[in-house]
Amino acid sequence: MISLTSATEIWAHRLPAASKLIALSAATVALFATNDPVWLGASVGATALVYATGGRAFLAEGLRNLRILWPFMILIAVWHVITGQMVEGLAVALRLIAAFSLANFVTMTTRLSDMIDVMAVLLSPFRRLGLSTRALELAIALVVRFTPTLVQKGQLLGLSWRARSARRPGWQIVMPLAVLALDDADHVAEALRARGGID
Amino acid sequence: MERNIAHIALFAALIAALGLIPKFTLAFGVPITGQSLGVMLCGTVLGAKRGALAVLLFLALVALGLPLLAGGRGGLGVFASPTVGFLIGFPIAAFVTGLIVERWRTGKLVVVASVASVIGGILVMYVFGVLGLAQTLNKTIPEATLLVTAFIPGDIIKAVLAGLITAALAKSRPASVFSRS
Repeated sequence: MISLTSATEIWAHRLPAASKLIALSAATVALFATNDPVWLGASVGATALVYATGGRAFLAEGLRNLRILWPFMILIAVWHVITGQMVEGLAVALRLIAAFSLANFVTMTTRLSDMIDVMAVLLSPFRRLGLSTRALELAIALVVRFTPTLVQKGQLLGLSWRARSARRPGWQIVMPLAVLALDDADHVAEALRARGGID
Repeated sequence: MERNIAHIALFAALIAALGLIPKFTLAFGVPITGQSLGVMLCGTVLGAKRGALAVLLFLALVALGLPLLAGGRGGLGVFASPTVGFLIGFPIAAFVTGLIVERWRTGKLVVVASVASVIGGILVMYVFGVLGLAQTLNKTIPEATLLVTAFIPGDIIKAVLAGLITAALAKSRPASVFSRS
């Protein structure tokens, strides 16, 4: 499965994931602590500069990722033009862009395996308490393995629906898809037990 | 143990799949961001604890950077976007939905699961979603509530569908509907 890590390698890929996450948390807290559009605007500018150090392709990819904020930008614009509180609207929009882009920067420059390593460190207290984290590791692997499988099965259900009906497939295929997921789960559970199970 | 893990993982994958299957529209043209339906089903089928764990697992993978949210979104950015409240509400919604189905054993499953989905998957979910919107967009709570009312009719349809699907699953795979076994 494809993760959201950018294919364009930049300097930030080599930084340790944990320090990027700590910096991100601090930056996000700071962004939500101020309402001053000047500071927030400067943050957006600084974020853009950070992206620009990754080169044109990286910057373009980052900008493309901003598209999910569009509906909210329009909403903020309409709302604040109507209420006349333009400065507040500007501050909200700038903060959203900065906070979202910074978080996205960490995702774009951190490999899935590095993220999983950080999670393992965060979970190590549980291991010391005697709880097994193997179940979680296994569950993550299962989701990564079975999501594409279920998507494919969903598409097959859609195709067989189309073969029988002129109408588009809709919610009717959710129930058979859930049955397939339940059956897969039973098979996986049997396979795990047959191989010694998890304790 | 193996059975619990397998079901939790497969339902996390089901939430993801419901968000990734393209061209997926409801009867009245409401797009299934199938994921809220997936969250409801986690509660109604797996029950409170397993359902909430499945949703948490799904969110963990989103945070790790997999594009599993509807429309191929994911990564840490979504936890800084205005919809973060709904994401935080996801596991709690599944838990409440599951709890209601587990405790209310007298009614017909289709009714119980639908009502549970309305309470957990809509009421609880929107409380968190509205708080998230109010915080990120700097709005008061009534203002933020106004912004999401348009989505409630679609979610009520999804809650009824969750009830119908759960009842159908209980007929075809009774052993797998943990919330009632």
